[in-house]
Amino acid sequence: MASENPTASEYIQHHLQNLTFGQHPDGSWGIAHGAKEAADMGFWAIHLDTMGFSIALGILFLWLFRKAAKKVSADTPSGLQNFVELMVEFVDGSVKETFHGKNKVIAPLALTIFVWVFLMNTMDLVPVDFLPTLAGLLGIPYFKVVPTTDLNATLGMSLSVFILIVYYSIKVKGVSGFVGELTLQPFGKWMIPFNLLLEGVGLLAKPVSLALRLFGNLYAGELIFILIAILPWGLQWALSVPWAIFHILVIVLQAFIFMMLTIVYLSMAHEDH
Amino acid sequence: MNLNLTLIGQAISFAIFVWFCMKYVWPPVIAALEERSKKIADGLEAANRASRDLELAQEQASQILRESKDNAAEIIEQANKRANQMIDEAKEQVIADGKRLREAAQAEIEQDVMRAKEALRAQVSVLAFAGAEKILGATIDEKAHSEIVEQLAKEL
Repeated sequence: MASENPTASEYIQHHLQNLTFGQHPDGSWGIAHGAKEAADMGFWAIHLDTMGFSIALGILFLWLFRKAAKKVSADTPSGLQNFVELMVEFVDGSVKETFHGKNKVIAPLALTIFVWVFLMNTMDLVPVDFLPTLAGLLGIPYFKVVPTTDLNATLGMSLSVFILIVYYSIKVKGVSGFVGELTLQPFGKWMIPFNLLLEGVGLLAKPVSLALRLFGNLYAGELIFILIAILPWGLQWALSVPWAIFHILVIVLQAFIFMMLTIVYLSMAHEDH
Repeated sequence: MNLNLTLIGQAISFAIFVWFCMKYVWPPVIAALEERSKKIADGLEAANRASRDLELAQEQASQILRESKDNAAEIIEQANKRANQMIDEAKEQVIADGKRLREAAQAEIEQDVMRAKEALRAQVSVLAFAGAEKILGATIDEKAHSEIVEQLAKEL
């Protein structure tokens, strides 16, 4: 905790601060205390809480699904296998609906995105003070538990998707095809600079919008939870409960949107004009 | 909100997760799903086939039933015909027998009549002789007049 009796704005800022590990401007390595120090660390710093939670949740997802996949059988499924099959079938259906080519990567990619993002979003439903207070007792000054409220996490995923978009565009259409797609439409070869500008913005908007949409939604949701947490404790549940219930919808929806847009972008990358 | 190394760390872990999912999670599950859907399709097909077979068997059974009914009717008809025939034959036999018996009886009667006539004739001739003897008072030489008598007897 920053201080014993934080003001509202201190409390909010404290909740929005990641546990950043990096090099201080004076050359020593360590954890940043406060937003200013974290910003001074520049690019070569890492958010331990974001990484920790996202990796832990990713491992949870893979462990759970691998457990089911190991003893999966074509007979009557039960328990965990039912759930895993439901997810796989749902994702597979979404992929087949949108993407008609042959690609072994897209479906598992979509499954990973959906479940992983969903799990990361779900951390939002943990009451905002539980884990940070626990961490504070253990001497950890900052603890932001929802990885998807960190722009680094969402942008990291969306940039990976962007790399795949470029990779498959070039693989399917060739370099010339991809460049042609960026420069020769919509206005033909006499407007190449303008076309490039238009299509380039369109291309770059994909990862940016993908990242910002998820980040924005979850950040805002988290912020509202934090604001609710400032209220007198007797009033909190009256707002916190409806918002949490509404948020159940949001976290699934955002995971689904991220997955669906990834599928759409990749299927667009596979399309030859 | 600052961008930093977390971005790259996140991208790397994302890539690893996707790879693991692609390698160890997706294929077995999707294979099982496909196998099950194939099983279900096979089962449905088998059920269809069985119901078709059943229909066929029912049709066959009803046809056999119909045929056997037809056969039975034919057999009954034949039997009836045969019975009628036998009755007719018997009737004819009876009529023929009656006729023959009547004819035989008639022939016997005629024979008896003839015999009686013969006997009568013989006796008449004797009586005529006796009468003539009485009238003539003498014995008629039977040998001498037998010719006449016989002629008489014939005329009787």
